[in-house]
Parts: sequence; C-alpha cells; structure tokens
Amino acid sequence: MSRSDLVLTRYAGQADLTSLAGYEKAGGYRALRRALEIGPQAIAAEVKASGLRGRGGAAFPTATKWSFLPKDVFPRYLCVNADESEPGCFKDRVLMEEYPHQFLEGVLIAAYALQVTHAFIYIRGEYRSQRELLEEAADEVRRAGYVGTNVLGSGWDCDLIVHGGAGAYICGEETALLDSLEGRRGQPRLKPPFPAVKGLYGQPTVVNNVETLSNLPYIVAEGGATYASLGTEASPGTRLFCVSGHVEKPGTFEVPMGKTTFRDLLDMAGGVWRGRRFKAMQPGGGSMQILGPQHLDLPLDFKAVADAGSSLGAGALVVMDDSTCLVNVAMRLVDFYRHESCGKCVPCREGTYFESELMHRLEAGLATKAELAELADICANMDGRCFCPLGDTATWFVMSAYRMFPEEFESHCEAGSCPVRDRVEAAV
Amino acid sequence: MTEGVAGEVSGRLSESALERIRAMARRYPSARSAVLPALWTIQDELGYLPPWSIEVVAAELKLLPGDVEAVSSFYSMYFNHKPGRHVVQVCLNVSCGLRGADDVLSHLREAMRLDEDGTTPEGDFTIEGTVECLGACGGAPMMQVDRYSYEDLTGESAVEVLQKIRSGEIGERR
Repeated sequence: MSRSDLVLTRYAGQADLTSLAGYEKAGGYRALRRALEIGPQAIAAEVKASGLRGRGGAAFPTATKWSFLPKDVFPRYLCVNADESEPGCFKDRVLMEEYPHQFLEGVLIAAYALQVTHAFIYIRGEYRSQRELLEEAADEVRRAGYVGTNVLGSGWDCDLIVHGGAGAYICGEETALLDSLEGRRGQPRLKPPFPAVKGLYGQPTVVNNVETLSNLPYIVAEGGATYASLGTEASPGTRLFCVSGHVEKPGTFEVPMGKTTFRDLLDMAGGVWRGRRFKAMQPGGGSMQILGPQHLDLPLDFKAVADAGSSLGAGALVVMDDSTCLVNVAMRLVDFYRHESCGKCVPCREGTYFESELMHRLEAGLATKAELAELADICANMDGRCFCPLGDTATWFVMSAYRMFPEEFESHCEAGSCPVRDRVEAAV
Repeated sequence: MTEGVAGEVSGRLSESALERIRAMARRYPSARSAVLPALWTIQDELGYLPPWSIEVVAAELKLLPGDVEAVSSFYSMYFNHKPGRHVVQVCLNVSCGLRGADDVLSHLREAMRLDEDGTTPEGDFTIEGTVECLGACGGAPMMQVDRYSYEDLTGESAVEVLQKIRSGEIGERR
C-alpha cells in the first residue's frame, strides 16, 4: 500500500516525530492553522463529509455526536478518552507514543471546532510513561501558542490538561470517565441526559477517542471526502488495527476499511504462528463475540461483521490457534470483568461473580451439565439488564464461544481436567 | 487520623508536593477534579497513601476525608500500604494468556519467593497478577515494572529482568 493511502501512520519513518519541531517539519500543525482560518462550522462539515465514526468501540458517527451539543450553552468541554484498556487493544498507545503531536493537533482542532474552554485527555494510570510524554508535548504546544489565551490570534482561549487515571477499566465508559475526572469513583451515569447535554460539571461535553481525533489533521488538511474515499461508502477511511494472540508478528496495521479482510490482516501479522491452524478470533477486543474460520474472508466493514454476530469494537483482532481451549480463554476474560465490575448494579456485580466461579469449575473439569446450563442462564439474565455495557459484554465471549463450540464446553463437564489441554498434550 | 495529627500532617508532605496539589486545584474548573492528581502526587512522594495523607487532600480540596477515601479505595493503582520498592504488573489477559503469561507469573512467584501480599523477602518487588490488560499485546506476554514495560517474555527471561534490576544492571532508564 502506498503512503498516500495512509492517514494515521502517513509520517511513519520520518525523524523526530515526537518533538514539536520534528512534527512541524513533516507538515504538522498546518491543519490546525487551516482549521482556525475556516472556522468551527467548516471543520464540522469536513468531519461530516469524512464519515468518521468513533474508534473507541461504539462506532458512533463523530459529526453527529458533535452536533448534539446545544447551541449557545457555555462553557462546554472536550474529554479525550485515552483510557485504552480493552483486552487486545494497543493502538491508542502506539498513536500516543509514536505520533503524540498528530494526536494533540487533532485534539486542538476538535477543541476549537467545539469552542471549548478546556480539553482534557483522560489517560489510564498504567500508561504513566505515555502520560508524561503527552504532558511534555502539551507544554511544547503551549509554548508555541497553539493552546492557551487567544490561540494564534483567533480570540479563542483554551486550556489543555492531561489527566491520569489510576487503574479502572470501567473509566473507559464515557460517563464513568466523567465522574472519575470530576474526582469521584468511576461509575457510569444514567443516560439520558447524554454527555452532550449534561456532561462534565453538568455542562455540554463531547467525549472522543484518541484514534478518532488523530484522524482530524488529515481530514482538515486533505478534506473529508478524500478521507472517506480511502475506505468504502459504508465504512469510510482507514483504521489502525491491532493484531495479537497466536500470530507470528503481532502488531498494529493501518488498513483501509471495507476493502480489507480479516485474512489480509492475519497475513500482515505473519499468519498463525508455529505452523498451526486457525481456530477462532475475536474481531474487536475482549468484549466482542467470537468468529470462526468461516468468517476470515469478511471485509473489515461495520455491517458485515455485525451481520456475522460480532463487532469490530475497538479494532483489536485476537487470533487463537487450534491448541486453544476456549473455556480457558472465557474464564480469563470473565475473571477480568469480575475484577473490573464497578459494583454499581446487581446483574453485573453478582453476575460476574457467579459467572467466574462457574467458569473456574468448568475449566477444571468439575462442573456438571446442570451448572453449565446455570452459567448460560446467568449470562442470559445479565445481557441487556446491566446498567452499562461492561456487564453485558462480560457475557458475549462466553456465550458466543459456547454457541460456536458447544461440544468443547460440554466435554469439560465432569471430565476431571481440561480435555482440550489433555488432547493437545497427548498429540505432542 | 486522631487529635494532634494536623501539625504533623503538613510536615510530612513536602512543600513542593503541597504546592503542586494547590496549583492543580486552581487549574481545574472544579477543585474536586484534583483528587486523582493529588493522590498521585502523594503516592509518588511516599510510595503509598497513608491515612493522614487522605486528610491532607480533603483539607486542601475542601472535601470530607470520606469523599477522598471513597476515591482512593476504588482505583486499583493506589496503595494503602507500602508496596515493595518496585511494583511489577504481570498481564494475564487474553493476548498474554494465549502466549504463556501464566508461565511468566508462576516462574516469578517461585523465583522471587513472594509472601502473601506478593512482596519479596528483600522488600524490593511487589508482584501483581490481577491487573487490567496493559495495552502491549503486540509484545505478549509482557509485564510492567513501575512505568516500563518488558515484552516478549518467557518465565526465565522475566526472572532475569527482575534480577538485573535488583543487581543494578538495569537502572532507571528509557
């Protein structure tokens, strides 16, 4: 793929991109200058033309989200969701580490387009070195006059604050993020009102993901239509996919949406490792439903993946080879959700507890068939009944894997050990 | 937490830490937003959050100590007891799990002779295995020691990393 097909990684290989001077030399911050010239409405029009959809997982159209801000209600805020913690997802880390100024330029373009007084970057606590890198980059940007009082003579004032979380997956949920940023426990809020109407400090607020905003410099510089044309009509633009798990060369790969298949991504990552066979994948990170070999030729298109019963989620493809015990993978994920449940609602707090206890018995070959049925019943009672998506998604991998590989789950019942592991070990 | 602590309290936090907390309280549209950054400032200085430090934050931000403790107890990265000199987070989530993370943790447990809290007898490492996906799945299995990640590990190489940190061969770098 030629460089002109790339957006997020188009400067890859150029020197010193993590410094303001290096990024400016590559052409950086020209889009911000242009944004200040054309004004908020024209920026919003370009974003609309780009067809850009949120890259945090929900894929909501960015321009539509922005349009929900009530007119003439100020102050309003921009909160950037840099709380990347979806299992299997590491693209925002790459974008912040390798292209911090491209990201900040995107943040400032959005902040200006929305006319906010404060832009906050909420970055997860574990990303400490990345937080410090962003703080340094933000200081550079402030000294250059790209943020602060009367930015480049435009009359617009804005402060940029990098805010570190402290270890809570739930803070990736946008309303929990707002509570956390307000200095509270990170627990989700009841919607409506949505953040666009009543968000941070009760004021109109937009919450956007790191990758979403990192696209803005390109969109403003090259035009929304150019961006859209890189992908397909239904899935415009490009996306930075993470590929991990049982592949030869895990990593991030920027590819056009809609025109690329899962098999292409798998090939870019060197194929299934150790000469083994493909068994299954999670197309969008730990929360998303399992897909099988029959889905490898699906395009990276929102609708195609939804029709197959899953989602591109946060853009994280996790590949599993034929030695993988899906009961073990499900147990690992359920343990994670149990640990990360914020405790606000009963179906999630209690459901993940019982789910995890049963998964451990099943994995060890101790559960009865009745207990497996109970697990399915608990999941059915959680999905759609939790306060926020964390609880719902805590059931999606388990139940989709059970549906796709029922014999694998059932063979664990009263087997006394893991039959998949036994079989793999016997074959070696 | 009892009478007479007040004078002692401000004496234990450095003036520069207090000044940082006050500056953050002024910078946010609402001072309460400075709770997480204030707790980080204290933990960076003391290694953990002693009960009196919760009262310092509450007093500085004009909150009740309970408001602050509700926050500090919610987030898994704040310590209410002093951990080892280095905090080691071993990722056991799906991508790391698929590539041998359980092996990394069991090797570390055995080689580093951890106590119930996951701390070494020498007190130099606290090893945690219940952490979120650490967002480095491209280098799975991985662990994070303080703020640095070590990737593409095996059980043996993970132990080697900690031994090199212990001997000073790997210092504060990167």
